[in-house]
Amino acid sequence: MGILEVKNVNKRFGGLQALGDVNLSVAENSCHAIIGPNGAGKSTLLNVLVGKLIPDTGSVMFDGQSVLGRKPYEINQMGISRVFQTPEIFGDLSVLENMMIPIFAKRDGSFRMHAIERSDQEKEVVEKAESLLEDLNMVDKRHFHSASMSRGDKRRLEIGMCLAQSPRLLLLDEPTAGMARADTNNTIDLLKQIKDERDITIAIIEHDMHVVFSLAERITVLAQGTPLVEDTPEKIKGHPKVREAYLGEAA
Amino acid sequence: MFGLDKKDTSLLIIVAALTMLAPFLLNPFPAESAMAQFNAGYPDLMQRFVIFGIFAIGFNILFGLTGYLSFGHAAFLGVGSYSAVWMFKLLSMNVVPAILLSVVVAGVFALLIGFVSLRRSGIYFSILTLAFAQMSFNLAYSVLTPITNGETGLQLTLNDPRVLGVSSTADGSIPVTNLFGAEMRATYELALGPWNFQFNTGYYLSAILMLLSFYLAIRIFRSPFGMMLRAVKSNQTRMNYTGLNSRPYALAAFVISGMYAGLAGGLMASMDPLAGAERMQWTASGEVVLMTILGGAGTLIGPVLGAGFIKYFENIFSKINESILHKWFAFMPDGLEDTLIALVYPFIGKGWHLTLGILFMLVVIFLPGGLVEGGQRIGRLFRRKKSDEKSDKSSQSTPAE
Repeated sequence: MGILEVKNVNKRFGGLQALGDVNLSVAENSCHAIIGPNGAGKSTLLNVLVGKLIPDTGSVMFDGQSVLGRKPYEINQMGISRVFQTPEIFGDLSVLENMMIPIFAKRDGSFRMHAIERSDQEKEVVEKAESLLEDLNMVDKRHFHSASMSRGDKRRLEIGMCLAQSPRLLLLDEPTAGMARADTNNTIDLLKQIKDERDITIAIIEHDMHVVFSLAERITVLAQGTPLVEDTPEKIKGHPKVREAYLGEAA
Repeated sequence: MFGLDKKDTSLLIIVAALTMLAPFLLNPFPAESAMAQFNAGYPDLMQRFVIFGIFAIGFNILFGLTGYLSFGHAAFLGVGSYSAVWMFKLLSMNVVPAILLSVVVAGVFALLIGFVSLRRSGIYFSILTLAFAQMSFNLAYSVLTPITNGETGLQLTLNDPRVLGVSSTADGSIPVTNLFGAEMRATYELALGPWNFQFNTGYYLSAILMLLSFYLAIRIFRSPFGMMLRAVKSNQTRMNYTGLNSRPYALAAFVISGMYAGLAGGLMASMDPLAGAERMQWTASGEVVLMTILGGAGTLIGPVLGAGFIKYFENIFSKINESILHKWFAFMPDGLEDTLIALVYPFIGKGWHLTLGILFMLVVIFLPGGLVEGGQRIGRLFRRKKSDEKSDKSSQSTPAE
């Protein structure tokens, strides 16, 4: 029984079957990659997992509880954090504040009127945020206006913000899309480090095979909304069906 | 001090000093001099400065922090005024219950309107609030006449019950608003040589309430709650995927700013116990938007500056008329004088809106951060000069060593 269980999920947009009978099981503390050609339904699947879309049929269970019909913030409070394709951070706020918000969210829940306390006097939160920034090598940037940073730094910050909540499942949507090679490698190193140091399950949707094969322990190949194969990276590399559907001539 | 850091404490102290000394500061010109018409230190106008200051501080908590631009905040101001006048009619002429009721009623009203309007964001939210405010205005103007007295406006009469007070005074007139006996309209005049300073009870009550409102706003700005409100403005997607429900945060900000508006409305009625529907009209809602943007949205002091600026123009520029212009330009040859007056005339008197509009345009284009940004730029200029001097000195001293 995995921490995330997707069973018989179907999603149709008009005449297009975006997801057809998707079954997926992500084992706890593993790194599971979902790959597939454009239009395979990867993003649709991710949006189902985080509560942005509700599937027509099927079930999605996280740690024994259904996530269907819950709002994104409720799903996050269950322990699922998401990293977006283009980094979503609080651009108007400083790096430190960006880091403090998820810690507040973890501590105080989805809403609390703490309007009289001073945020810079919340010692525990500030310390935790700073130690995380230290782990990310960003502590010297803590007073930066976060929108002014490079894309790689924004991505780093976004991943850090997710970690600040100590999630049980981290969902990554093409975390290296549109990044320079150096930034991509930095991100891979960061994710490897996270995987090694923490009890965390990672599910990653990715286009870049370099990223997938450096991180994933299991890979599911999605094609036309349906899982084609699921196996270890070594086996996937040599799988004839995968070559045909996805890697094509290039492999 | 007061749970604030150094910078905020000094800001609070400066604002406190300015408001407490306003009767002096706003009356720099001797009463009989030609410049006396630029004096703003009379009770009526000073009250308006601080009351609209409260209104704008509250509006800024919503607009400056969460970015939700409400075009219907005058509705809460009007509701506050009506509540206060009803309290004067039914209970007593003491302003305390009146102000409390106006804050509470405006808060409840804001909760209702906010709950519906906050289902949308951006321009749709603005339009929804505008629609609600215009609805309130029209209701107050016509259908709700039994409560609002329609176009005449709600006024005190000699027949009001005033359970805890008197319906009429011994000499048969309507009693005046007071704070435990201290009459709001009471003014102490201090004549110092040619100067004439006026200290008004109503002004000082409003000023103290404005300082409290300002202090509370600072606390909100610096709190985790304030940080969440800025997060609402910055990125709601990230907020929702960080386990935070942005809706109640925005609603709380909306209700708080509605209560500020209610407080301002209640104070207005306490200074002058009548309430009319025009207080709820969209022009009044637009005015507070102008004040906040002109002063600097999202800054602490900006809205107060903006409110003072606009109210000063409204009351001082609008009073300059043609004969005053003739006096000013009398030293010029006739032809030139008439041309100049013809040129300046559209910008004064009833044309003060034109002046304000041009100033607003200039500020928005050249100082997008409002008057506060202007102040900061000037400050930076001075600091740079100072540091330049310092570095000059150090570079001069180095070769000598």
